[in-house]
Amino acid sequence: MSQVLYIFIPMLAAIFVPFLYKSVKNIHTGWFVLAVPATLAIIYATYIAKVAKGEVFLAELPWIPSLDISVVSYLDGLSLLFSLLITGIGSLVVLYSIFYLDKHKEKLHNFYVYLLLFMTAMLGVVQSDHLITLYFFWELTSISSFLLIGYWYTRDASRFGALKSMIITVGGGLMMLGGFILLYLMGDTYSIRELIAMAPELMQHPWFTWSLVLILLGAFTKSAQFPFYIWLPDAMEAPTPVSAYLHSATMVKAGIYLVARFTPIFAVSELWVWLVTGVGLLTLFWGSFFAVKQTDLKGILAFSTVSQLGLIMSLLGAGAVAFHVNGAADTVFKYAAFAAIFHLINHATFKGSLFMIAGIIDHETGTRDIRKLGGLMSIMPLSFTVAAIGTFSMAGLPPFNGFLSKEMFLTAMLSLQNFDLFGFDTWGVLFPIVAWVASIFTFIYSFYFVFHTFSGKYKPEQLPHKPHEAPIGMLISPMILAAFVVTIFFIPNIIGDTFVKPAVYAIQPFLYSAPGDIDIHVQAWHGLSPELFMTIGIVLVGVLLFVALPKWQGLYNAFPRALTLNNFYDKIMLGLDVGLNRVSRLYMTGSMRHYLLYMFSAIVVIVIGTLIVKDAFTFTFKGAAPIHPYGVILIIVLICGTCIALLAKSRLTAIIGLGAVGYTVALFFVIFNAPDLALTQLVIETISVALFLLAFYHLPKLGKSEERIRFQVNRAIISVAVGVMVTLVALSAHSQKLVPSISKYYEETVYSLAGGGNIVNVILVDYRGFDTLFEIAVLSIAGIGILAMIKLRMNRKGKAHENK
Amino acid sequence: MEILMAFTIGFLFMAAVYLILSKSLLRIIIGTGLLSHGAHLLILTMGGLGGEAPPVLDEGAKTFADPLPQALILTAIVISFGVTAFFLVLAYRSYQELETDDISLMRGSDEDE
Repeated sequence: MSQVLYIFIPMLAAIFVPFLYKSVKNIHTGWFVLAVPATLAIIYATYIAKVAKGEVFLAELPWIPSLDISVVSYLDGLSLLFSLLITGIGSLVVLYSIFYLDKHKEKLHNFYVYLLLFMTAMLGVVQSDHLITLYFFWELTSISSFLLIGYWYTRDASRFGALKSMIITVGGGLMMLGGFILLYLMGDTYSIRELIAMAPELMQHPWFTWSLVLILLGAFTKSAQFPFYIWLPDAMEAPTPVSAYLHSATMVKAGIYLVARFTPIFAVSELWVWLVTGVGLLTLFWGSFFAVKQTDLKGILAFSTVSQLGLIMSLLGAGAVAFHVNGAADTVFKYAAFAAIFHLINHATFKGSLFMIAGIIDHETGTRDIRKLGGLMSIMPLSFTVAAIGTFSMAGLPPFNGFLSKEMFLTAMLSLQNFDLFGFDTWGVLFPIVAWVASIFTFIYSFYFVFHTFSGKYKPEQLPHKPHEAPIGMLISPMILAAFVVTIFFIPNIIGDTFVKPAVYAIQPFLYSAPGDIDIHVQAWHGLSPELFMTIGIVLVGVLLFVALPKWQGLYNAFPRALTLNNFYDKIMLGLDVGLNRVSRLYMTGSMRHYLLYMFSAIVVIVIGTLIVKDAFTFTFKGAAPIHPYGVILIIVLICGTCIALLAKSRLTAIIGLGAVGYTVALFFVIFNAPDLALTQLVIETISVALFLLAFYHLPKLGKSEERIRFQVNRAIISVAVGVMVTLVALSAHSQKLVPSISKYYEETVYSLAGGGNIVNVILVDYRGFDTLFEIAVLSIAGIGILAMIKLRMNRKGKAHENK
Repeated sequence: MEILMAFTIGFLFMAAVYLILSKSLLRIIIGTGLLSHGAHLLILTMGGLGGEAPPVLDEGAKTFADPLPQALILTAIVISFGVTAFFLVLAYRSYQELETDDISLMRGSDEDE
């Protein structure tokens, strides 16, 4: 129970932030906030030892019990690792933000409320065992990320970036919800653990592939995979602590988490392996290739994040292969999942520190443009050290943790080509090659980042501020992260045993019976293996290309702007906006006649269509009354009257035509034995005609029809169609009566029960008196309305236009 | 007889829809008038036109015309009269205020956009 409440601690703490901000002006609000992630990190740290042994912790808080929806906190190796990253890096980011954001100039209460909200959302995502609450927290991360990216809401770029990330991630989130619902329908449970247990049955289900693709779309949009990565570079408009926290260490890994979490369910599918590995590698290559083009420090890091996320994703895909190999625990495929989690930890450490360094450079020099920067090594030695550690690790050099995970990555990719399932034996050769080329670009942009900023010519005249070393408080967080980068290199197996193996056990539960069974031992020196030669190749080619960078970096500008994905996105958004506007202008003409045309056509099409589809039209003379000779005469008169009303040029003739129709109808009532109707019809027709004459005394003459001929044709077709439709419906309704009228009852009881002889009148006031009551109400309302229209007149020129 | 009436009513509906689709408010109101006549006759016809006598006792007749459709039509006549009267005055007032009875000119004001 309390385990569930830990998730909500940041959200509850967020309530107090605005009060603290308003009442305690002297102390930076961040110091109070810092206590929240720090406490949580300590709480989650107490689970480490037990989870490493393979224990899991489960707590449930019912939310909507009748729909079987509850908030479930499930702590196993994978979710504990993510929870520790979220709270641990969260603490460092809050600490960093205390020095980064000015307490007088910034709206800190907004910032920390959003940040704490995000923390709850993220903890909820990684700990939820329930599909619906997982989705709930997932969208909460999208919303809080939207708020954080748009933190400086007066800037256009911030709002654009926030909107873009919102549209893409929420779009993906909705896809994911669809996948979740399909999973629920297939397995009849919301619990991920139970779904994993029934994975073999799920595979047989026809919806299996649909839910797989939909859930992957959610994961790919969130984790900025190709081609959905485009929101991430634009999200760099957020304050740097946000970029460091959300867009490198935590939120973008939610998709990774999702893929890892659902691997036991979907990995049996060939499509899953191909999609996850393929998209991951493509993203890896694409991101690293375009990172070299960027001129903004955070832009480089954004593309680098995209690329590294692709790396982790491809490793998860390769890890899924292990589900297809007998005795996989003894083969080389076991490396992939381990490498994925290991690199995930490593990436969080070095990328977090690099973002913080980029923020420091921005803060101290006033620019993030790499073309203006240079020669800061002697001015900012501490920042340089941290940046160098981070970038060398990113490039995959010893003695930093990136080296270890990159070696394991290459091992995993090399092992894929030995795998003779799904055509990996033919195409598998590509995997290590793409990985190798991408690693070279990674090497280049890493060096580009650190050396173009800190070495080279010092250009003080181009910098807005006079640069100096950052305050020590700002440097604490990146230094701690950099310390991790180095430490992990020297004690990889402690990290492996404590964090990585329990997480791998959660991803591949069928392969091992306990985390301890995973016999992977990370070695910095692993002999003269192909991986080592590949790394040497990366370094050699990378250094050569880096030295020659000024000569070929210009080639990037040759890439046409029209073919970029951002351009596609902009075109789509603009196209939707303009196109849909055009579509609604097309039919929303403002003309009542058009709308009536749509309505009548719709009615005709639906009714006649139904008649045809259901084969409902029948025609019989059976049961019809004999033809009345007066009736025929009346029909002729009625049609003449209608024609007069239809074709009259003057209003008087039209009104007389209508009157003639009305009186003929009254005569119909006479011959069809309806005396009350005839009476009413005569009176009312008289009054109506009088009213018409009264009102139209003031109306203009009927103008000669100047309407376009085309519209007249439409009009004629539609009106004939309506007439035909009514006739057809009347004929078939009359020809197939199902039950006799209930009027026998009225005839028999009208005198004995109601004491009257006129059946129609008795029905009106006795059997069905309520109709009459409200018909009286209708008349009264019409009368009052008419009175109001005539009496109440706002002065046209005066108060009528209150909008002006 | 019902068959003939069905065709007549179809003709009435046709004329009504044609008038409702015209530009002038006056024609539209005449169209609604024809439409309600058509609807009333349709109710009567669908109830069956048989029966020797009006639905009033004490005539010694064996079969009556069906009283229920007549009650329904009576209600409908009154309601359509109320609505038509309201509509008429509305047209009259809108002509007074807008100085046109051409509905193609009544497209809302520019401020709406």
